[in-house]
Formats: sequence, C-alpha cells, structure tokens
Amino acid sequence: MEHTVSAYDDDLKAIARMVTEIGGLAERAVGDAVEALTRLDTGLAQRVITGDKELDRLQREIEDKAILVIARRQPMASDLREIVGAMRIANDIERVGDLAKNIAKRVVAINGVFPHKQLITGVEHLCEIALQQLKKVLDAYASQDDQAANAVRLRDDEIDALYTSLFRELLTYMMEDPRNLTFCIHLLFCAKNIERIGDHATNIAESVHYVVTGRSYEDERPKADASIDSTVAGS
Amino acid sequence: MSAVQAVTPFETIRTPDAASRPVKIHTVAVKVTYGQKEALHGVSIDIPEKAVTAFIGPSGCGKSTFLRCINRMNDTIAGARVEGTIKLDDQNIYDPDLDVVELRARVGMVFQKPNPFPKSIFDNVAYGPRIHGLARSKADLEEIVVTSLQKASLFNEVKDRLNEPGTGLSGGQQQRLCIARAIAVSPEVILMDEPCSALDPIATAKVEELIDELRANFTIVIVTHSMQQAARVSQRTAFFHLGHLIEEGPTDHVFTNPLEQRTQDYITGRFG
Repeated sequence: MEHTVSAYDDDLKAIARMVTEIGGLAERAVGDAVEALTRLDTGLAQRVITGDKELDRLQREIEDKAILVIARRQPMASDLREIVGAMRIANDIERVGDLAKNIAKRVVAINGVFPHKQLITGVEHLCEIALQQLKKVLDAYASQDDQAANAVRLRDDEIDALYTSLFRELLTYMMEDPRNLTFCIHLLFCAKNIERIGDHATNIAESVHYVVTGRSYEDERPKADASIDSTVAGS
Repeated sequence: MSAVQAVTPFETIRTPDAASRPVKIHTVAVKVTYGQKEALHGVSIDIPEKAVTAFIGPSGCGKSTFLRCINRMNDTIAGARVEGTIKLDDQNIYDPDLDVVELRARVGMVFQKPNPFPKSIFDNVAYGPRIHGLARSKADLEEIVVTSLQKASLFNEVKDRLNEPGTGLSGGQQQRLCIARAIAVSPEVILMDEPCSALDPIATAKVEELIDELRANFTIVIVTHSMQQAARVSQRTAFFHLGHLIEEGPTDHVFTNPLEQRTQDYITGRFG
C-alpha cells in the first residue's frame, strides 16, 4: 500500500534506486579490477581507481538522503527498516568499491608479467564466485527476497574455503622460489580483498533479512576460513 | 427495535513483554454501545503496573471510549452501555456496590485541553484532597499541594504566585497543573487523553519528561494521535481500529516490527 503522503513514497523509491545504482557500479568495479589483474592492464586499473570516487559520492548521497527522510518523516516499522537497511547496504557496497580499488592499485604496483600464469586462475575463480554472490544479493535486495539473500549468506563458506586453498597454494610457490615472493604476496592480498568482498555480500544478505523480516540471524554464519590455522609447516 | 449489529469474533495479536510486570488493570471482552451503535466490540487487555501504556489508532477507533471505561466516565453519557469485565487490581470496577467517586480518586484523568478550575493555583491542587478528606490540617494540605506541584515539575515556576488564578498560566503550565491536580489525591492510575495535543513542542517535551518520571509511582494510560509520542513515552502500545484492539505489544516491538498489516499501515502513514 502507498503512503498517504505520496512524496514519502518518492523519497523511499529514490533511495532504493540509488542503492541499486551504487551496487551496479561496485559490481562493475570488481569485475574490471580482476580483469585488469588477469591482463595486467594498468589503464583499466587506473580507471577503476578513479571510478571509486563516484561510489564514494553516491554512498554519501544515499546517507544524506536517508538522514533527511528520518528527520522529515520519522519513519516507522518497515519504512524505518528500509532506510536503515539502505544505509547499511550502501556502506557495505562502498567498502566493496574500496576493495576493488585496492586490487586495481596492486595491478599498477605489480607492473610486470606473471611468473606463473596458472596462479591467476585460482584468483579468477574466487572472483567469479564473489561477483555472483554480489549480484545475487543485490538482486535479493531489489526484490526483497529473503530466501535468495539467505542462499548468499550460506554460500559464503565456499569463498572462504577457496581462499584457504589459494593461500596454501601461494605459500607453496613462495617456498619453492623466493623470486615468486613479491608477486605471490600481491596476489594473496588481491585474493584476500576478494574474500572480503564475499563477507560484505554476506553483510548485505543480513541487512536484507532485517529489512524484510525485522529480525536478525541469531545463529552464527558458517565460517571456513582456515588460513588462520595454516602454517608453513602444516601446509 | 433492531438488534445491535453482530460483529464477527476477533483475535487480537499480542506480544508479551520480555520481563513480565504485574497487571494493574485487567479487562475482558469490554463492549461499549451508544444507543444502537456498538463502538467497542470486545476489548481484552492487561495493563501493566507502573508503566506507560499508549493507545493509538485513527479517529473513531474506540481508544478514547475504552480509556473512559477505566474510570467509568462513560456512565455520564446518556445511552452509553458498557459490558464485559474491567478489574482494577482484583476489584471489578462495574460492581454496583463500588463507590464511583472513590474509583475516580484511584483512577485520575487528564484531558486533551487543560481545564483548570477558575480558582487559584493552590486551590486547583487542594480541591481533590479537600473533598476526599485527605488532609488533616492546613499544614498537611499545604504539603500535599507543594509535593504535587513538585511531582508535576511545576512548583518552581509557580511557587511565588500560588494564589493567582490557574487559568492565568500558559497552556503547558495549565496542563501540568491539571496533572498536579490529578496526582494530589494519590491515584494509582492516571489516564491521559491526548494530553499534549494543545501544547507547543517545548511544553510537550516537559509533559513527556513528567510522564517518564511519574511512571515510577503510577500506572499511566495515554491516548495519543502522535505516533512519535507513543514511541517516546510508552513501554507498551495498543493499536485500535474500528472498535477492535488489533495488536498490542512492547512499544519497541510495535514501532519497529509490528505483526499485523493494519498496524503496519497505520504507523507508517499508509491508511487510505
């Protein structure tokens, strides 16, 4: 049902539209950053770095608009949750943008060629899943689909597991030949950034759950990042 | 004579408080009819002691009608009939043996428009204790007046002019004077029917602050049209619509995650 004051509906719709927009920008930034990494394309990387400003601007705009709606209309119940959700989700997306920027910055820093081309495929695969997660959770937000959001949340352990195995692999390469160190560490940071993007997708899924149902997940989300326990000796 | 129109059975959605409070007012299936028209179709609610319960709902939903049942104010309206049970502690307030005057001393009321008597500030507050014989001496009475004015956060503003007419005060001060008058007879329950709707925001804030202090000692039931006010001052909220109690629960819950669609639509401003 629509609000008695139709301008209120317009405000809420505008905020939701901006969240979808910033989500699209973040998706593209992550895709571009990883493409720049696989092709070592510094030009594309540079574009991702500059493009992050737009994400930051949109995030601030969403926040300003949300604050204004709170001040002006004192939202209640589902409206209140929608506004709080939009602010949280925009924050998470803005962080995703930063992580894409970090990857792009590493591409610029690597500025050379890969010693082992096959190494990058692991990172690419990780990124593929993270991007899927991001896309699905943004769709879940747009359609207010709690179940779809929950599916994203439950899939995060896949990313964590993949990251852990990538971590071990890179560790092996580093032990094999110290000349691999610089490159592997860059790559490891990129992988970590992508893993963090997965975490933000999970956060967004939790926000969607809150917006739709008014509840929070009480159970802890599954965790499979075992890289913390991996040592050189143990790997 | 046609029969009173039948109303389909109705189930109120209830969410209990996290911590249970003792019940002060217990009502079961309260119906109010004005002549042929049933205004309230069976309201059952437990009102917790020493807490603020807010009644919200659109105009004509029955919230004020229900509020007025709690101290039998509807008795004064010709053609009004009240059915069902209303118990204050364990006493049925519609018991024919019950002294209504004594009941109204136990259950005080503050109205929408401040209505001080055309008497001095002192006499406004002293009136109740005098007629109920609560003061044994002049000093006793003075003490009651002073403490009541203090409890109503008004004393400091009027202490030098207690003999001036109550009607000369500002709207907000008049309303706090009416609250002082209500608490002077040491009631257990204070009913407030939109106590701030004629006040400016500062005066409203003062009354809200006062309500928050009073709930330590009194059971308060407030009818308000301001959802924000209900959210600010109450611990429990009951939503009325078309003579039904639709939903009642902890205020924090009702305003963030109401369970009934009609509650949701009303508090978010979607009522058509």
